Amino acid sequence: MSAATLNHDGAFAAARRRLRFGPLWLAAPGLAFLAIFFLFPVLRLLGLSVQDLETSAWTSDHYARIVATDVYFRVLMSTFRIAGLTALLSLLFGYPLAYWLAQLPERQRGLAILAVMVPFWTSYLVKTFAWMVILGRTGVINQILSGTGMSPLPLLHNEFGVMAGMVHAMLPLAVLTMLPVMTTIDRRLVQAAETLGAPPANAFWLVYFQLSLPGVAAAGLLTFISSLGFFIVPALLGGPQQTMLAQLIITQIQEMLNWAFAGALATFMLVAALVTCWVYDRLFGLSSLSGETSGRAGGGQGHLRSAGMKILSALAKASAALGGPVGRALGPKMMDRLLPLYSAAIIVFLVAPALVVVPIAFTTSPFLDFPPPGYGLEWFRVYFNSDLWVSATIRSFVVAFATAILATLVAGLAALALARSSSRWRGAIFAFFLAPMIVPRIVIAVGLFYLFAQIGLVATDLGLIIGHTVLALPFAFVAISAVVKGHDWRLDQAAATLGANRFRTLMLVTVPLIRGGLVAAFLFAFITSFDELTVAIFVSGGVKTTLPKQMWDDMILQLNPTLAAVSVVVFAIVMALLLMAEWLRRPAR
Amino acid sequence: MLSPLAQARTAPVQAGAAATPKLLVDGLTKRYGAITALEPTRLEVPAGEFLTLLGPSGSGKTTLLQMICGLVEPSGGRILIDGQDETRTPVHKRDIGLVFQHYALFPHLTVAENIGFPLRMRGVAAADLTRRVKEALEMVHLGHLAGRFPKELSGGQQQRVALARCFVYQPSVILMDEPLGALDKKLREHMQYEIKRLHRETGATIIYVTHDQEEALALSDRICLMNHARIEQLGTPHDIYARPKTAFAADFIGVSNIFRGQVRRDGSGAPMLVTGNGSFRLSADTPDNQDGTLVVRPEQLDIDGEGDNEVRGEVVDTVYAGSETRVLVSLGGEETITVRLRRGIAPPRLGEVVAVRWRADAGVLVS
Repeated sequence: MSAATLNHDGAFAAARRRLRFGPLWLAAPGLAFLAIFFLFPVLRLLGLSVQDLETSAWTSDHYARIVATDVYFRVLMSTFRIAGLTALLSLLFGYPLAYWLAQLPERQRGLAILAVMVPFWTSYLVKTFAWMVILGRTGVINQILSGTGMSPLPLLHNEFGVMAGMVHAMLPLAVLTMLPVMTTIDRRLVQAAETLGAPPANAFWLVYFQLSLPGVAAAGLLTFISSLGFFIVPALLGGPQQTMLAQLIITQIQEMLNWAFAGALATFMLVAALVTCWVYDRLFGLSSLSGETSGRAGGGQGHLRSAGMKILSALAKASAALGGPVGRALGPKMMDRLLPLYSAAIIVFLVAPALVVVPIAFTTSPFLDFPPPGYGLEWFRVYFNSDLWVSATIRSFVVAFATAILATLVAGLAALALARSSSRWRGAIFAFFLAPMIVPRIVIAVGLFYLFAQIGLVATDLGLIIGHTVLALPFAFVAISAVVKGHDWRLDQAAATLGANRFRTLMLVTVPLIRGGLVAAFLFAFITSFDELTVAIFVSGGVKTTLPKQMWDDMILQLNPTLAAVSVVVFAIVMALLLMAEWLRRPAR
Repeated sequence: MLSPLAQARTAPVQAGAAATPKLLVDGLTKRYGAITALEPTRLEVPAGEFLTLLGPSGSGKTTLLQMICGLVEPSGGRILIDGQDETRTPVHKRDIGLVFQHYALFPHLTVAENIGFPLRMRGVAAADLTRRVKEALEMVHLGHLAGRFPKELSGGQQQRVALARCFVYQPSVILMDEPLGALDKKLREHMQYEIKRLHRETGATIIYVTHDQEEALALSDRICLMNHARIEQLGTPHDIYARPKTAFAADFIGVSNIFRGQVRRDGSGAPMLVTGNGSFRLSADTPDNQDGTLVVRPEQLDIDGEGDNEVRGEVVDTVYAGSETRVLVSLGGEETITVRLRRGIAPPRLGEVVAVRWRADAGVLVS
């Protein structure tokens, strides 16, 4: 759009011809930053994986060792199994919720979406801590069970615990990815299908579901890739059988310092992520991930297409066969309430765990009893009187603040650049800025650790800030791009005709108008850094730890109510920032 | 040229025949809380008729349409198709076709798949389905676009696909909800001919919703004029234009000159309308003693011509519209009347004072 309107203006067209790459130069700092601190370290790590440790000669030994060693191979398989199952369950449980959200009136939908945003942005550590409290041998569920005279169930340190934690962590991502696609589906198409003779089951599967497929696939892609790199949940909620690749990588680096082998493991993870992306791109087009309209709404071709339609027809038949008797048994009133009830149950599942932590933070007991025997501020006192905790908190704040400024600046320039550019590189640059979201964090973190070890940035605040900025850039970029997309560039032209030069136009017209997006980007980047553990595990060495790192260390050693108090503080800070960001992101109030 | 679809159908039953009406709406009503979207309404549509529901927005025409096709549940009354009560039949089991205002073509299906969709839902065998889709496509002259997706078509082409998707399964009644509303004027007129042709070739029973009176006059066998959630007048286009029953009907369809006053008898017993602009003779069959509104169409007025009634005024504007010229005459104050000049008559100059005359039986007295 911008290109077309700009070209109407002769003066602008001439200026653009003189400065061939004109606006794209604004993306240069971001591109350079990602090239040095993202692309180079990741490629370097992949390089290490095919080098011999002593001679630096080419070798495939490390890969052979993974496949040949039973333990490693099992970890590889269980990683794919857990990630696959997590993605599948997140889609299954999330789809009806997203469907329900999509058909709510705009105002109510905004509120209901917040109920999904809250668990989405709640720290993984806080969420995992909550699950330990709920599922533990003397946890909430087992205390209720023993209170009613039943024997306790083994809920923690097994597959069930991992799946509960993983699905809980990934469900919001799945829902928030499917939702934008669903809200753009014209519900009148379903009505049209019914007037043409389609029973409700057919109308849903053959029209609505098929139109929502790009969203489902995108959600599957993102949840699968994110799950691949998980280590917090399997480490704390799983047993030895549920060990995942990322845990293995951490052990290889921290205990063996075996870079090459860690690189080979990371390569497996990266390749799996990239192959998933490639398959998705073939089927739906990667651009639809960022909400750009895909050129392939028609889906696949030929046999694939007709096979897909046959499957959907079969699903329609099956659900009609199932829905009929269920509908008769429950009656039409109950059937209408089924979806809202289900959605409410899922929202409770998403929100409740974090809330369970709150009473425990105020307990008077030194144990994690639920309900607490009495209430007091004892554990907050312990938290605020501990030098370790307080310095970790301050450090997290400083790093997050610096990260937020850096990420917003770099992402803002890049978003402006891409919005005004019509270059054929546009798509590639767009994808590059989103790449840190696709590449598993553990791969980025290990690559950065290797780089930082060589240039002396390990255990420094600067190292942390750089690492966190790499991870926060995609979020900031998406937040600003969304606002810039709706910006009316004719206003900038107007400012120019009224005598403002480019810089003054930017400062006096553009920036004030996209301010909402900038502030949201700042806050999202802040939260990303404030909650970041993967990079911190490697880069914040010794006593100089961040808050998540300190929580992680404590949770591995010994659960205690101080953790609950810290969790409540982290939760409160993140929620305040999130609500602020959401409020500011709303266009025109 | 007669399409193969038309041969499959019986000849349209003439309006007024004693046979069971194709569609009977009996006492149908819809309320949303305190708001009445449709007062209890009765409507009979014989097979093969093209009936238009015409009215301003909020007049209840879309509510009536949506209840007939089952998208809105009535608060009371019955809907009978071919004498069968269909009031509680779910949408997909009613044998009804609906052409949506914004086409509602499935974006993920090709043109041919869109048209084949209703046949698939009815379990039509593959070979038969392919043949019928092909026929339907040829009927709307889109045979060459079967493999395209809807977004690759122009607005007019999309509308034709929507029409073909509806005609292909020969539903008992076809409903059209302002189907041409999204098209520009030129294309709209062209599509009116297309719809008329499809109606002629297939003999389908069509109920057409629009707020465009010209469209209604051009297309319909009968017009059902709606206002304030009820039927204002039901009749042929000529009926409604020449003999409007209410001031609303006269005003909504065509251009009307309106005089309000009381009906009196003169010495010889002939009816007169006494208004602020003078007394006018009315046609002899006018009933007695009532307040009346006299409607005279612009083409029934003559400047300096023959007539039983006369008003004088100053020419304030002349509007040349190609095929005709309209003259606006001010009667003093806010009141102006519109006169349509016959061809070949030179328009009067601005500011000229003219006598406008008309015959007593040209005016229509409405309530």
